[in-house]
Amino acid sequence: MAPFRPADRLARAFQNRKGPLLVTCTIAGDPDYDQSRAVILALADAGADIIEIVMPFSDPVADGPVIQAAGARALVAGMNTDRLFSLIREVRKEVIVPILIMSYANIIIQRGIEAFYEEAGRAGADGVVVADVPFEEAGPFCRAARKSGIDQILFISQTTTPERLEKILGSASGFIYLVAALGVTGTRDGITHEAISLLRRVKESSPLPVVPGFGISSADHIRAYARAGADGVIVGSAIVGLVGDNAGRGMEMESAISSFVGELKAAASQGYRGIPPETVPGTKLT
Amino acid sequence: MMPIGRFGPYGGRFVPETLMYALEELEGACSTIIPSEGFRTEIEYYLKEYAGRPTPLTFCRNISRDLSCRVYLKREDLLHSGAHKLNNALGQALLARHMGKSRVIAETGAGQHGVATAIAGAVLGLSVDVYMGIDDMERQEMNVARMHMLGARVIPVRSGSRTLKDAINEALRDWVANVQDTHYLIGSVVGPHPFPSMVRNFQTVIGKEIRSQIMEREGRLPEAMVACVGGGSNAIGMFHPFLHEPVRLFGAEAGGEGLSGRHGATLCGGTPGVLHGSYTYLMQDAFGQILESHSISAGLDYPGVGPEHSFLKDEGRVIYMPVTDEEAVDSFLYLSRMEGIIPALESAHAVALARKISEDLETDEILILNLSGRGDKDVEQVARVLEVGHGSF
Repeated sequence: MAPFRPADRLARAFQNRKGPLLVTCTIAGDPDYDQSRAVILALADAGADIIEIVMPFSDPVADGPVIQAAGARALVAGMNTDRLFSLIREVRKEVIVPILIMSYANIIIQRGIEAFYEEAGRAGADGVVVADVPFEEAGPFCRAARKSGIDQILFISQTTTPERLEKILGSASGFIYLVAALGVTGTRDGITHEAISLLRRVKESSPLPVVPGFGISSADHIRAYARAGADGVIVGSAIVGLVGDNAGRGMEMESAISSFVGELKAAASQGYRGIPPETVPGTKLT
Repeated sequence: MMPIGRFGPYGGRFVPETLMYALEELEGACSTIIPSEGFRTEIEYYLKEYAGRPTPLTFCRNISRDLSCRVYLKREDLLHSGAHKLNNALGQALLARHMGKSRVIAETGAGQHGVATAIAGAVLGLSVDVYMGIDDMERQEMNVARMHMLGARVIPVRSGSRTLKDAINEALRDWVANVQDTHYLIGSVVGPHPFPSMVRNFQTVIGKEIRSQIMEREGRLPEAMVACVGGGSNAIGMFHPFLHEPVRLFGAEAGGEGLSGRHGATLCGGTPGVLHGSYTYLMQDAFGQILESHSISAGLDYPGVGPEHSFLKDEGRVIYMPVTDEEAVDSFLYLSRMEGIIPALESAHAVALARKISEDLETDEILILNLSGRGDKDVEQVARVLEVGHGSF
């Protein structure tokens, strides 16, 4: 039998979905290594469909205050790239859903681009997202990802021009990370018309799953994106904030995560029910 | 041919996707608006009639005698605002106006770029928000007051090391959120393409003036030139017109407490990586986390450097050397006493390096030093340092 390629795990998750997949983010090593491992397992238990593990960087220019603070906590507690891979190896023994690594270019470059992706694949990660690597700089990252059989996830934003959109879609794999709001990561009150229309536009031009992130923090947000045909939703700062608020509280932290993620999961599991058929996304995956 | 926006392997555009639109828009403006006759006329008008260019090239009799070579100072300290930063601020503010942006944001370390941007915003009718680390706000109180008086808003930065690096982070975060009506008026030859080459082009007025001034005075090019390097805009502005001439070029980096202690000498003590949108030398740990820099001079207290300097270092075209805090303070007083010119602490690093280099020069050889800014902003800090160290006035 052919070895199980991690990329299959991500593709299969999208193929088998009933509603938008719930992508939950957490900061590796926040508030410390052991609690971070507990958070990841709690996310998986609560029904997260994909877990995005953020390797913190000292200068996270794409992130708002919540993720900045969490990253700083993790770095003070000793998080580094070695420990990131051991954390993923450990949780991979118990977590069956896809795992993504999110970080910044310099973390990957200092490891050696190829070495980073190879270690990521061996540890059990299925994809890598790099906040400050746009399409123009992505070549070496995409090549290393392909070589290690994992997906390089690329971004599309409201400010992405049609010319660039086409190029990005041409080399994207896994899914498209839709930057649903201008600005940095963090919770926002509502969802803009621009985000919804961008989602529809990208879905029309690509067979890849399209997954919005930035500013998604409630069941209502998830229902709105489900109606618009999102293949998944990324919830970051809301979960990261919850971890920060409950640091050191042991089981209380895990139950806070369970109930919040459970609520989001329920909204996502309603799936595309009650949605006009013309807006229901087809399973265009090959 | 180098790929677009690269200096050898250095440079590039390592930014969130949302900013690519703004960088492309800016790149377009650099190739259409800046070369246009209308823009050239306008910028030349402001540089001459408003900012006071050309700045003098002063021959220093006393120092020349002391160092046994012919020492000239390029007097950017005499530019309106008191530092070379205004060359770039006026250029980019004019460009922002042409691009239809109503608001500019800036980062500042020593406050000189913040003041320059506030000045440019005031005269050109743009609203100005300046990000500044709270540690820097404390050590550069006077410049904070100047910015307020000029109508700019100063936004304190409390994250990270609370200095220039973190002010750039916050400015980038603001830009990502407000990219449609805001121009990020970056203060040095750092950041993603096209900033390093655009800022260099606005600063090469320094080197071009030096060239014609020294030809007029001495009938030949100098043997050596020295400038301080934080991000590196005054240095690249001075060096660029001479890169293909037989002139020895030297950059003075912030040696802080010495390279074995805390410092800001990125090229002398760092390794390549990505920070603030470009691949360049950085101060970082083995995992790629950026280290906090240290310098007595807020303007050189930065763990990165412009990508073109990284290239020039690897090529061996420019020699970069560290100057310690102590040496800088000593040279701050040296220039003040010898020539009656109080330099900025940043520029005092260049003075210190010039004194070292002069040992290799003959009495008739010419050394030009870029006096990038005046020292009014630093007098209190230097006075405090001298009191603590029981140094004598």
